[in-house]
Amino acid sequence: MAIVEVRHLTKKFEGNATFAVDDLDLATTEDEYLVLLGPSGCGKTTLLRLIAGLEQPTSGEVLIGGEPMVGLPPRARKIAMVFQSYALYPHKTARKNIEFPLKASGMEPGDRAKKVEWAAELLGITRLLDRRPRHLSGGERQRVALARALVREPDVFLLDEPLSNLDAKLRATARDDLKQFQDRVGTTTIYVTHDQVEAMGLGDRIAVMSEGRIRQLGTPHEVYHDPADTFVATFLGSPPMNIVERDDVLVGFRPESLLPKGVVEPDDDAVSVPFSVHRVENLGSERHLVGTVSGIGADTRVIAMLPSTVSVEVPVDETAEFVIRGADLRFFDKDTGGRTARRRL
Amino acid sequence: MEAPSAATWRRRRRLGRVGLYTLVVGFALFAAFPFLWGAITAFKADQDLYNRDNNPFLFNIEPTMQHVRLLFEGTAFNTFVWNTLVVALLVVAITLLASLPAAYSLARLNLRWGGAMAIAIFMVYLIPPSLLFISLSRMVSFLGLQDSRWALVVLYPTITIPVSVWLLMGFFKGIPKDIEEQAMVDGYSRLGAFVRTVLPLSFPGMVAVIVFSATLSASEFIYALAFVSQTSQKTISVGVPTELVRGDVFFWQSLQAATLLVAIPIALIFNAFLKRFIAGFTMGAVKG
Repeated sequence: MAIVEVRHLTKKFEGNATFAVDDLDLATTEDEYLVLLGPSGCGKTTLLRLIAGLEQPTSGEVLIGGEPMVGLPPRARKIAMVFQSYALYPHKTARKNIEFPLKASGMEPGDRAKKVEWAAELLGITRLLDRRPRHLSGGERQRVALARALVREPDVFLLDEPLSNLDAKLRATARDDLKQFQDRVGTTTIYVTHDQVEAMGLGDRIAVMSEGRIRQLGTPHEVYHDPADTFVATFLGSPPMNIVERDDVLVGFRPESLLPKGVVEPDDDAVSVPFSVHRVENLGSERHLVGTVSGIGADTRVIAMLPSTVSVEVPVDETAEFVIRGADLRFFDKDTGGRTARRRL
Repeated sequence: MEAPSAATWRRRRRLGRVGLYTLVVGFALFAAFPFLWGAITAFKADQDLYNRDNNPFLFNIEPTMQHVRLLFEGTAFNTFVWNTLVVALLVVAITLLASLPAAYSLARLNLRWGGAMAIAIFMVYLIPPSLLFISLSRMVSFLGLQDSRWALVVLYPTITIPVSVWLLMGFFKGIPKDIEEQAMVDGYSRLGAFVRTVLPLSFPGMVAVIVFSATLSASEFIYALAFVSQTSQKTISVGVPTELVRGDVFFWQSLQAATLLVAIPIALIFNAFLKRFIAGFTMGAVKG
């Protein structure tokens, strides 16, 4: 419904030497699900709060639907936000919580009730409407917070780590709910998280952030397979991309690309490397082999990841021949960490 | 040794209960005793009270309403009560109006001098009134409020506001910032968010402030004695002792009646708000 754009956005908190957000440019597309991903302290929440109007930028512009927003209070921005804590009003029932923004807009009580019913039905919380937040579970609270955001019919949804308060099992279903929810309402959404699984699973595009800047903006596939620099390469993926130093370049490859010879069909540029395994972690669906790889560059401790469908025996404390396909190799500049041209090994 | 049977445990528990209740009832009697004695004294005839051979806790002669009547008809007791109510109400209002915004700003807005200002406000409270009233008397006469209950209306907040600011600050800090910000995103101004979310959530703190300010206004003595000497302007705390001790004659029965008439309503109010009141003081303290 609206494009969110920030231009040369900078935020420096008083007393801090570094910039929380550093000359940042970013634009969503129409109805996009954009995820801001980064480690804690990277400025992703600050960026969201700047868009919401809860913080004022040191310099730069924020535009929503083409309109400049800097200087406008949050209430004038047609946004809805879900906080990490859900920030439900503890003294109000779920119904009153959802109704609260409608009251602010001066809607008639009859229309308000209808709107609340509609949102509650959409999120399946109709039977919870008369409970107070402390009598709701984590997942239910999240739904109430979403319903409250929904009734405003905002131009933009801003979600600040809405899943981090849920336990792991609930998180998977809540993630599914969130995605379905966005598909249905189809509103531009900016979602902040430090969890790459959420980012990969939910985002149309992911903006990977570090130190107040965007390191890479791309689809989940792009940021995973074509990381712009070593930061993105090692931040995404679990375990992260292996990086081996060779002369003036850094050679990167994903753990799942380092496979025993014979398991994988080598391409033209494939390299064969001796890999001495120190330790094997069997995680059920996959095996992690921790060991030292040589033959690419300096001997480096790396991790290979074998799916459980690969049943090759890998003896510990022995060296075996492993293969990395040329297409799976990524090259980075040793000084800047940025991507450089592919070369033959 | 054989383990105690269930019956033994039951007996022990019952004994424990009896012990507990004996203790509680004993303590309650101890605390209420001065008031009971006062209640008996208030209705005693002079010949009964001033006879040393009489039991002071019983009516040895017919009780009399004479002294209670004296209190209402022979003194300006009703005026004192009225003055106290007016002063208390205004002091409560001024205290809330000043300390709510002050505490909120100190707790929430990251002001550069916020910490220092909070300490400065507290310092004001540490200066004893018995020293302060000398300089305050200059201000009171400058304002033209000498010998008037209005002097008390402007003076008591100097005691109540610092305490209330600190009490409420602890409260506001205990309320997650998210909730206010959510309200601001949901369409309210900062003031609107404050009134609709922060105030209801800090209700126990406000009750504590109200009770504290009101009881202080009713019980404060030094300022009331120093700045008000006209009968029509006196509050209870100073009116009763000054008007019922004439020279070296103590009107004991009327004094006791006056004390009870003030103490009982305050006790009832305290009781009604006891839970909130305790929550107010302890929550502010813990989360501050």
